[in-house]
Amino acid sequence: MSKTTSQPASGARAAATRSASHALPARRVLLLVATRKGAWLYESDAERKTWRVDGPHFLGHIINHLVLDPRDGRTLLAAAKTGHLGPTIFRSEDLGRTWKEAARPPAFAKSAAHGRTVDHTFWLTPAHASEPNTWYAGTSPQGLFRSQDGGVTWEPFSSVNDDPHYRTWMGSAQDGTPDGPKLHSILVDPRDPAHLYFAMSGGGVHESVDHGGNWAPLVDGLEVVEGFDPANITFHDPHCVRLCPSHPDRLYQQNHCGIYRLDRPGRQWLRIGKAMPQAVGDIGFPLVVHPHDADTAWVLPMDGSNVWPRTSPDGRPGVYVTRDGGESWQRLASGLPRQQAWWTVKRQAMSADAQTPVGLYFGTTSGELWMSRNEGRRWKCLARHLPEIYAVEAAELA
Amino acid sequence: MKVLIPTPLHSYTGQREVEATGSTLAAVLADLDRQYPGMRFRMLDEQERLRPHVRFFVRGEAIFDLATPLRASDELVIVQALSGG
Repeated sequence: MSKTTSQPASGARAAATRSASHALPARRVLLLVATRKGAWLYESDAERKTWRVDGPHFLGHIINHLVLDPRDGRTLLAAAKTGHLGPTIFRSEDLGRTWKEAARPPAFAKSAAHGRTVDHTFWLTPAHASEPNTWYAGTSPQGLFRSQDGGVTWEPFSSVNDDPHYRTWMGSAQDGTPDGPKLHSILVDPRDPAHLYFAMSGGGVHESVDHGGNWAPLVDGLEVVEGFDPANITFHDPHCVRLCPSHPDRLYQQNHCGIYRLDRPGRQWLRIGKAMPQAVGDIGFPLVVHPHDADTAWVLPMDGSNVWPRTSPDGRPGVYVTRDGGESWQRLASGLPRQQAWWTVKRQAMSADAQTPVGLYFGTTSGELWMSRNEGRRWKCLARHLPEIYAVEAAELA
Repeated sequence: MKVLIPTPLHSYTGQREVEATGSTLAAVLADLDRQYPGMRFRMLDEQERLRPHVRFFVRGEAIFDLATPLRASDELVIVQALSGG
C-alpha cells in the first residue's frame, strides 16, 4: 500500500489501542430496522443472545431511516413517506410507543420557476453532543436540512440547496441512483460541532468548518467512472462515508469506484480497496467502522460488473474486514449462505454496536436481518421475511 | 363543504368524511391543514404542485388549479391513485 498523506496507520493504531482498553460494560442493543414497507425494532438482552421484536410500525410506509437520539436515549426519528403521499418525519419521545408527525418536515425553499421538491428524506444524523435538540437530514433529490427543536421543524441549508455550484454538482435526477439522487453520510466531528461532512450520490464529499455556512469539496484521489473527468465534482459518487469515533481524523469511504481511506488534515483519499481479492472487487454500498479501533472497518461487496447486478458476487455473500487500515482484507462468511444467495445490502443497512467484542448487523434487500456477536467471525440470521431492508442502526440502551 | 378523505389520509382525520370551509381549493386545503396539521404537505409539495397520485374532484371534474372557486354546497373528493407493488 502506498503511504498516506498525513496520519500514519501506526498512529491510529496507537490511538485505537488506548481506546480499546476502556471496554464498556455490556448493554442492551436496540436495532432500528427501516424497510420499504414499515419499521421494526429488535431489542436484545445484555448478552445479545435473545431478541424481542416490536413492529411493524408504519406498516405500508416507506421508511428510509430510523435513528435513536444517543443524547437522550429515548427520542426516535423516522424518515417516512408512502407511495402516494409526500414525505414527512415522525418523532417518538418514548422509544416508539407513541409517534407524532413533524410540524414542518424538510422542504426546499419555494421558488418561482423550476423549484425542487423533496421526494423523501433519506438520511438522519443527530448533531453534536453539545447541541441536544439539533439534527441534520439529507434528502432525495440532494438537499441538506437542520432541525434545532428535536426534529419538529426543519430549515434548509441555502449554502448547499441554493448554491449554484452545488446545484450544478448535484446533476439531474438522471445522474442519480435509480430511486433518486441522495444526500447522505452527514458526519459530525465529535471534537467540534462546527466541523461537518456530507456526501452526495452523485456529487462528491464535502466539508464545512463553520457549522454549514460554507462548504468545499473533498474529493482528491477519488476515482470516477472511466472516461469521465475527476475534476468535475458531478461525476463523483460516494456511496457511504464513515468517521472513526475513536480517531475522528480518519474517514473511510465506500465509493462507486472503490474503497478509500482519508487521514486528516490530509486531503488525498487513498484507494485501500485495491487490496481486496480481485475476484470480489471493491464495489459495494455499506461500510462500517469499529467504535474503538480506527484501523478496523468492514464492507460487504456486491457485484458491480457489466450491468451492475447489485447482488452478492457469485451469489456468495461475504463481509470483508480490514484490521490494518486497509492494507489487507479478510473474508468473514461463517454462517452466511455458501451459494445461490443473490441479495445485497444497501448503504444504510449495516451497522455496529459499541460493545466488546463489537456486534455487527446488516439487513438485506431480500428482507433478512443478520448479526454477529463477535465482530463478524460467525453470522446468525435474526429475522427472515421482512420487506426489503433500507436501513439498520444499532443503538445502545441504558 | 363536505370533503371525502381517501384511506391513506385517515391517519389525519380519523374518518372518511369531514367538513371544511373556503371559497377556493387553496382555502379549503388550508382549512383542512388547520384542522389536521401536516395533511396539506402530504398532498401538495413545497412548490404548490399536486403530488403524483393525488387528485381533487368537484362536481365530477378533476381540478388542478388551487385558485379554482368552490361553493359551500360543493363536495370535494380527494382521490389517491394507488399504484405500485
